[in-house]
Amino acid sequence: MMGDTIFALASGAGRAAIAVVRISGPRAGAVVQALARRVPAPRLATVRRLRDPRTSEVLDEALVLWFPGPASYTGEDSAEFHLHGGRAVVAAVADALVSVGARPAEPGEFTRRAFLHGRLDLTAAEGIADLIDAETEAQRRQALRQSGGALGHLYASWTARLTRLLARQEAFIEFEEEDLPEDLDARVSVEAATLRDEIGAHLAASDRSERLREGLVFAILGAPNVGKSSLLNALAGREAAIVSARAGTTRDLVEVVLDLRGVPVVLADTAGLRESADEIEAEGIRRALRRAEEASLLITVFAANQEPDDATLRILQRPDSSCLVVVNKCDLAAPPARLGGQEILAVAAQTGEGLEVLRSRLAELAADRAGLTAAAGLTRPRHRAALEEAVHWLDELSAAPLPEMRAEALRAALAAIGRITGRVGVEAILDLVFGEFCIGK
Amino acid sequence: MFDETWDVVVVGGGHAGAEAAAAAARCGARTLLLTHRVETIGEMSCNPAVGGIGKGHLVREVDALDGVIARAADMAGIHFKLLNRSKGPAVRGPRVQTDRRLFRAAVQGMLRATRGLDLRAASVEELILGPDGSVGGIATADGQRIGAGAVVITTGTFLRGEIHIGEQRISAGRAGEAPALGLARSLERLGLPLARLKTGTPPRLDGRTIDWSALDSQPGDDPPEALSWMTERIGNRQVACAITFTTAATHALVRANLHRSAIHAGAIRSVGPRYCPSIEDKVTRFADKLRHQIFLEPEGLEDDTVYPNGISTSLPEAVQAAMVTSLPGLERAVIRRPGYAIEYDHIDPRALRPTLEVRAAPRLFLAGQINGTTGYEEAAAQGLMAGINAAARAGGTASPDRTIDRSDGYIGVMIDDLVLQGVTEPYRMLTARSEHRLSLRADNAGLRLTEQGIAWGCVGPERATAHRAFAAAVAETEAWTRQTTATSAALAAAGVPVSGNGRRRSVFEVLGMFDLSEAGIFAAFPRLRGLTPRILAAVRTRALYAPYVERQAAEVRSLEREERLAIPDDLNFAAVPGLSLEMRQRLMRARPATLGGAGRLAGVTPAAVAALAVHLRARQARFT
Repeated sequence: MMGDTIFALASGAGRAAIAVVRISGPRAGAVVQALARRVPAPRLATVRRLRDPRTSEVLDEALVLWFPGPASYTGEDSAEFHLHGGRAVVAAVADALVSVGARPAEPGEFTRRAFLHGRLDLTAAEGIADLIDAETEAQRRQALRQSGGALGHLYASWTARLTRLLARQEAFIEFEEEDLPEDLDARVSVEAATLRDEIGAHLAASDRSERLREGLVFAILGAPNVGKSSLLNALAGREAAIVSARAGTTRDLVEVVLDLRGVPVVLADTAGLRESADEIEAEGIRRALRRAEEASLLITVFAANQEPDDATLRILQRPDSSCLVVVNKCDLAAPPARLGGQEILAVAAQTGEGLEVLRSRLAELAADRAGLTAAAGLTRPRHRAALEEAVHWLDELSAAPLPEMRAEALRAALAAIGRITGRVGVEAILDLVFGEFCIGK
Repeated sequence: MFDETWDVVVVGGGHAGAEAAAAAARCGARTLLLTHRVETIGEMSCNPAVGGIGKGHLVREVDALDGVIARAADMAGIHFKLLNRSKGPAVRGPRVQTDRRLFRAAVQGMLRATRGLDLRAASVEELILGPDGSVGGIATADGQRIGAGAVVITTGTFLRGEIHIGEQRISAGRAGEAPALGLARSLERLGLPLARLKTGTPPRLDGRTIDWSALDSQPGDDPPEALSWMTERIGNRQVACAITFTTAATHALVRANLHRSAIHAGAIRSVGPRYCPSIEDKVTRFADKLRHQIFLEPEGLEDDTVYPNGISTSLPEAVQAAMVTSLPGLERAVIRRPGYAIEYDHIDPRALRPTLEVRAAPRLFLAGQINGTTGYEEAAAQGLMAGINAAARAGGTASPDRTIDRSDGYIGVMIDDLVLQGVTEPYRMLTARSEHRLSLRADNAGLRLTEQGIAWGCVGPERATAHRAFAAAVAETEAWTRQTTATSAALAAAGVPVSGNGRRRSVFEVLGMFDLSEAGIFAAFPRLRGLTPRILAAVRTRALYAPYVERQAAEVRSLEREERLAIPDDLNFAAVPGLSLEMRQRLMRARPATLGGAGRLAGVTPAAVAALAVHLRARQARFT
């Protein structure tokens, strides 16, 4: 709807260091105020601390830009938050935006609004279609990525159940004189309530799960100086972690986002595992272990020219851990064939040897796990908003006094979920009606 | 060049043709209706019922535009029933069983009484095209050349109709009437895309041979609810229907003879309506269902023919006879005319503009079953709109299209569905097809459409006056109920059950309470006592759905600007930058008239719609 205030990630999904979240709509000013306390002067980049308006928790130190309408890209009041990358930050800001009434943009919606407000240079009309395609395509791909796994199946099954319920309700309304089960309407209401509870429980569960919030995390673990940071830098293709020959250089977590064949993965480098007298380093190790617990894959790293350390071997042998064993520095010594009972991947971060094999193995594992934690990233609030709306309508259904109002609520709930899984047309519903019931005189 | 010239010529005298001719004439066009036989104008070729859920909504809309069908059905009605009475007013559908002969007489009487309209028997063989490809008139089988400012074709199933009774095939339109072969060729020469559909009808029975005493009787409503807003009184004696059921013997008989059914043995390959399955379909597709109900509907007061609703079939006559006698109460029943399946050509309605004008042949309009729909009501509604637009076209002025939005009426829903999506089975109206079901009600058709009809010129002075008085009274009452508030204490004192949180409520809000009795309303708000039941009901129903409808209205408004952006008929989709080949093909096939229509097409992406929007706006800028 045009009157809504919408937002979307405008640049750099995944790898970029800076993520730009663009907001547009009549309430853009209020939204900025809710997160950044004050609306900055127009078109002036201003540093502001963004807080979650519900908890006052600081989300990020961000650059905030304010573009009052009509002299903005969309022609409406607009704003931009330039965030410090990181999916977790982006997801948290998106959540906060939803909490103050903004809505994730539909595909192509910014460009559409710009067009409707006459903000598009008509001479640029030729190029604009590509632009919209790009905007839509990026969002579509992200949505697909996330709905491919288990979560996608779940949403699809909810859509199918809602479609079926609506079909029955439509049959009840449309074919009074047919020989239909008499309690059809009542049964639909009961099943709708069950479905509502399932979706509600899913929303509550994903609320609690920090893991779901942050997406797929692969953690690198290993003894000091086996070359974890070098490995991370080599995989990221840039200097993300400080590397030096001195053991214990990485004292805090360093995270990079990798795009592994379309699956976004947070790769977390950790401080080396060892007993340390250094306060700061000890804290780093504690964090490393906590991070490791959240990770859906542990990359345990050993060095070919060092004896395997006990701390890392212990983790490797824990029954509940999911590990990939990597032996680094193969340019310096021959690696063992197996470690801790597992096959190893031999690499040399310095020379690049074995990295492609590692990368493709990581991509396989990422694809494998992506389904389980698919609620990550910026489309998550989109899904969330859609599911919450569906729940709202199923609540309305239980309060509605008339069958056609209940049908209306089912239609709205189906339309809401349809924003994730695709629109269900009236023909599909009629197919079910005529497939299930013998209708017609 | 022409023997005579008219503003509008309508070909066909079914429900679409009658409505088209009457509407064109009401709009001031000198109109000629041509049909094979003038005596069969208004014939009901299937069951003698008008209305129902969705269909009743359509009938009320045609009536709101001063059409023929509702008043004719009231004049001929012998059994009235408001369907879905136990549900809310939005989905209640008025229906009437009519006396077939009285209905025909009523339609013919109304057409004869319409000024500027002539009826004539003729077989139309050919369309006459002008040099610019637009239609200028028609030629009849007896060599008459008749010129017209616009031509409306409403030939139903007469296009290459073929009747199947068991192994027997008869080339015909309706039982006993010739199909329109020449006209079909003429339409084909225009390059219009044709497709084939089928439909069926049950055998007709001799009512005197039915044992009515053995059957459950189904009386109509008392008092009856009329179809037309203008009908004040139902004059005919009312009759009851009866109900019977198929038996195990019926099912066994059908199964044993499936290989002789035209539908099942493969003689018919075209698609039939899912909501009107033959008894062969019912028995095979729902094999676990032990019995199917059959309504026995009298066809008239003086006519003892009975229409057994529910056993449409294309089995051989002998099998039909055996099947009928396997039904309880019909053991001795005699068939007067066997049931049959009919296959016919229809035009892919995507070749039409939203005015029902053929895109490739200006001044030619198509309405009714020829566009792939089924049902008298669907036909009448299209006929009405085609007639209104044909009159405007013949008027010569570059008048804007006369169309109804999806959010304003089922007529708009149907025509938008037809011209945009095409049909895969005979199209029937269902309330499920409207995304605005709670506001498109049978009870408010006049409030939605009559004012528009007055502006179009198709509403006569009698209705216009009555409507305006009614609309003003409803508006005034609603305004009062919205402005006046009551406390919970006052409401509780009057016996209105409200939660006692002390909040003041508007009277409108209170009226929207579902379970409020009329006595309660009058006790709480004595001022409303003076209203006619119609006015009070109108305000109450609006209040009942207001929370839903207002939310939807906000959505409609927000969509409107984009929704209404017109796509010109001559737009070359291949020249729109940024459209993929697939999008181009989808758009070219459907040729949506508005941007909103493009967005509703199956498979058209938001990106394609946006690209189209940008292109249209750019085009507008160049031209203005």
